[in-house]
Amino acid sequence: MTTTTSTAAPQAERIGLLKVLGPSHVWALGVGIVLVGEFMGWNYAVGKGGALGALVACFVIGLLYTCVAKIDSEVTSTVASAGGQYAQAKHTIGPLMAFNVGLFMTFTYLMLNAGDVLVAGQLVQIGAKELGHDIPWQPFTVLFLALLTLLNYRGVFATLTVNFVITAAAFASIIILFIGVKPWDPHAVLLHSQLLTGLPYGWIGVIAALHFGMWFYLGIEGTCQAAEEVRSPGRALPLGTMTAMITLLIAAAITWYVACGLMPWEYIGWDATLAPLYDSARMTGSPTLIVLLFIGTLLSAIASSNGCINDGARAWFAMGRDRYLPQWFGAVHPRYRTPFRSILFLTPIVVIFALYIPLAQIITFSILSGLLNYTFMPINMWNFRRKWPMGTIRRGFNHPFHPLPAITLLVLCIATFFAVYLGYGRQLLAMMAFYIVASLWFAFYRYRYVRRGDQFTMPWPRPVNY
Amino acid sequence: MWDFLGTAAWLISAAIFLWLAWDFFVVNKQTSEELLLSSREGVDELFAETDSSKKGRK
Repeated sequence: MTTTTSTAAPQAERIGLLKVLGPSHVWALGVGIVLVGEFMGWNYAVGKGGALGALVACFVIGLLYTCVAKIDSEVTSTVASAGGQYAQAKHTIGPLMAFNVGLFMTFTYLMLNAGDVLVAGQLVQIGAKELGHDIPWQPFTVLFLALLTLLNYRGVFATLTVNFVITAAAFASIIILFIGVKPWDPHAVLLHSQLLTGLPYGWIGVIAALHFGMWFYLGIEGTCQAAEEVRSPGRALPLGTMTAMITLLIAAAITWYVACGLMPWEYIGWDATLAPLYDSARMTGSPTLIVLLFIGTLLSAIASSNGCINDGARAWFAMGRDRYLPQWFGAVHPRYRTPFRSILFLTPIVVIFALYIPLAQIITFSILSGLLNYTFMPINMWNFRRKWPMGTIRRGFNHPFHPLPAITLLVLCIATFFAVYLGYGRQLLAMMAFYIVASLWFAFYRYRYVRRGDQFTMPWPRPVNY
Repeated sequence: MWDFLGTAAWLISAAIFLWLAWDFFVVNKQTSEELLLSSREGVDELFAETDSSKKGRK
């Protein structure tokens, strides 16, 4: 067993998470969680705002996530700890914000994971049906979750190496579909000139489409969860996160271009049988593309679930380690060096949500939790630069044009909240109520167990004006 | 054969969860709680460099 020695207590034997990851693993984590959103889910933006409205949403929300990636790259490469934005909030704002951010992240990944394994199980059922056999989806949903839990339990390196392979395969299927529709000859297969029909619900439809436009990129911020396990945070995190964001922008643009050039917006938005990219492949009539996109869709759901188990467990583990939750969750497996208690604790919750809660409810909860997390980031960035101005601490990456990305992110988050309120106002208010109750529990009960001096681990100078 | 796939999926899932539960209990029994909870928030070369540069400034 390998042990690490801390500067705080050099004589004590300690075990921590393994530092074995590189930029490719960070890329696999970021793209792996998100890419399923290209295969399915984004198409509801077409239902809200038409094909052109979805394109506007694709790029506006792309700008939102580019700001997220830039801010994350700077702060996380400096606060390189498991828990990602939770650890950032702890250092830049305070315990109550950190507790909420930790919950936002855990629920984002927990719910997204439930949706992923549910979809993966249903894809197996649909695949069997195409071959003329009717089988239940539930056993396959549970099987995928069991296999991925086992993988995560036994080590982060294998987990994210597998994610790299299956994410790259899923991304390749999108590229092959793009080539298959002959983009160099726009009228041979694609029919944009006949199918693009303006904005069916006007600009309010475009704003409403922002909600589901998040599907193109939801979860990219999860790269921060690898911060404590990368060999070189200052290099791997910005490089992995920014290349992941570029990959997703390319995938999102191709997805929209292919699907909206093959099918009318009414079908993409409301009637797609499985997923728009798979349906696009069926429209081409090519058996090879149909099989390839079916496999790509399945792999994307598995990769997303795999990344969500990884990220959700680390957020939960980090909060346990700081006693924001029972410290029991802050344990590391002595052999595999993973947060094994957090991984196993969250798994039954995912099973229950996947088997018994409707997909739309699960995904809405995930999106709203993610959006709350993004709204925290501009405040985080302002505080970080104000308390520790440039030159006072060593940063792994300096994102340019501050505060423009933070202001842009805040404005786009407010617009997206409005979009969510248009379609899911009750869920938004119910979720806000849940987080307020959780905050009261933390402030008036749980915080007494937190060792306040131990929370701030960065060897930084005292903040400006403190 | 197709009917058996569902049953096989349940059986494999059960075997995996049983192994996870077994390993979980063995680890908790054989390893001290102090060691399991000994992880501390990230310490790496970036911080070490910051730390030494900070000491250098003093």
